[in-house]
Amino acid sequence: MRVRSGLDRQLRMLEDEVRTMGSMVEKAIARALDALTRRDLEAASQVIREDDYIDRKRFDIEEQCIDLIATQQPMARDLRTLISMLHITEELERMGDYAEGIARINLMMGDEPLLKPLIDIPRMAEKATSMLHRSLEALVNRDTVTALQVCNDDDDVDNLYDQVYNELLLYMIQDPKTIKRATYLLWVAHDLERIADRATNIAERVVYLVTGKMEEINVSKY
Amino acid sequence: METAIKIAVDQVEPPQSPAPETGGESIKLRTIGLSVRYRERLALRGISLNIPANKVTAIIGPSGCGKSTLLRCFNRMNDLIPDAHVDGKVLFNEMDLYAPEADPTEIRYRIGMVFQRPNPFPKSIYDNVAFGLRINGHKGNIDGLVQRSLQHAALWDEVKDRLKKSALTLSGGQQQRLCIARALAVEPEVILMDEPCSSLDPIATLAIEDLIRSLSSEYTIIIVTHNMQQAARVSDETAFLTTESDGAGYLVEHGNTRQIFTNPMDERTEAYITGRFG
Repeated sequence: MRVRSGLDRQLRMLEDEVRTMGSMVEKAIARALDALTRRDLEAASQVIREDDYIDRKRFDIEEQCIDLIATQQPMARDLRTLISMLHITEELERMGDYAEGIARINLMMGDEPLLKPLIDIPRMAEKATSMLHRSLEALVNRDTVTALQVCNDDDDVDNLYDQVYNELLLYMIQDPKTIKRATYLLWVAHDLERIADRATNIAERVVYLVTGKMEEINVSKY
Repeated sequence: METAIKIAVDQVEPPQSPAPETGGESIKLRTIGLSVRYRERLALRGISLNIPANKVTAIIGPSGCGKSTLLRCFNRMNDLIPDAHVDGKVLFNEMDLYAPEADPTEIRYRIGMVFQRPNPFPKSIYDNVAFGLRINGHKGNIDGLVQRSLQHAALWDEVKDRLKKSALTLSGGQQQRLCIARALAVEPEVILMDEPCSSLDPIATLAIEDLIRSLSSEYTIIIVTHNMQQAARVSDETAFLTTESDGAGYLVEHGNTRQIFTNPMDERTEAYITGRFG
């Protein structure tokens, strides 16, 4: 006899919701970067407005998790799944906030042009978004190998952040008048670095879900 | 009391089922290759299990897997079932409970039992608790022991003014705590509980669970339960039994309760505790 098919269905629906939230965050990061590159303030404002949807999604998923914990008394893998979903949605919500933060920096820059053409920052965004995407793939496939790769990839993002930091520092030393504009870009790079850290947290939760082991797999430099 | 059962320590055979790491803790009861047959039907097969002292061990598993049969082996209650035949060893403080010279009555004083349904005698509350002491010829302060037992069973405050009233006037939950007090009065080392809350309402159930937790510092408790949340709440260790097509129960996994309920080692345990079979 097949039992608990209702719980199985609810867990699948919950996972679909988490994936949808992940897509929303991926798009928010890409749009915030695109708006910054093009200095499109309207597009940046839209990213800020749409962060409310991400926040709402997080609470919806949390409520569903709490309902299932209260009504289904999940154990073992079911319990680990729900606890992981709770943590992952919190990570996603914070990543959405970093995308919103990049959009706000764009608005703060106003009419000022970018200090320099963006080279390493889009690379950071691409890597961090890829880490997010693969961490959620690892979740769907219960794939610890991919999850561990995501954790290791955080080093690449940290290295890019080092490069951006050193480059912007050089600008500031050579011409103090660039400090304000360089700092804006430093904040953007910092937000991207944090997004990558949050992706590693998701990957760590995937490892926990699959193995039951709770551990920090790759400690970020920052 | 320790020397009351004069029985030999037998040679220990290698275990046939997985046993937990003991981590140097004291083992109160131990089964080695324990099998039980009722006539031709094998009810339990090759159970090797360590029960740590002063802890609560829960035995869980689907209906018919032999949980209660295993529990009854710990104080030779299976002796009372016609055609029950026990193979293997059950060691209590490393003494063989099934050695020819072991006295089942004495064993049952030291290893008490509480059953599914509260079964107070149709006597006063006091006499229920004092019963075991009297038939055991206890010469000391019975009043003191009755009070202490009722206090340990968290029932004293509710009955201290009506000790001479019939035990049958108590609620189901109170009756079950009275049965626990009755078991405690003869100062056992181990208390076996066979689904002790199955006939109780949720509040009375939680009261018994609190009591089990508080008793575990002084007694070794083994509880058989169908309620997995209860096993998770009250026990320190959990043993999972199941059966296969021959109907004989066997031990799948035994370990720390926290681990069993969050990350069991065996897929069969995982399937059972998440409700995917059983």
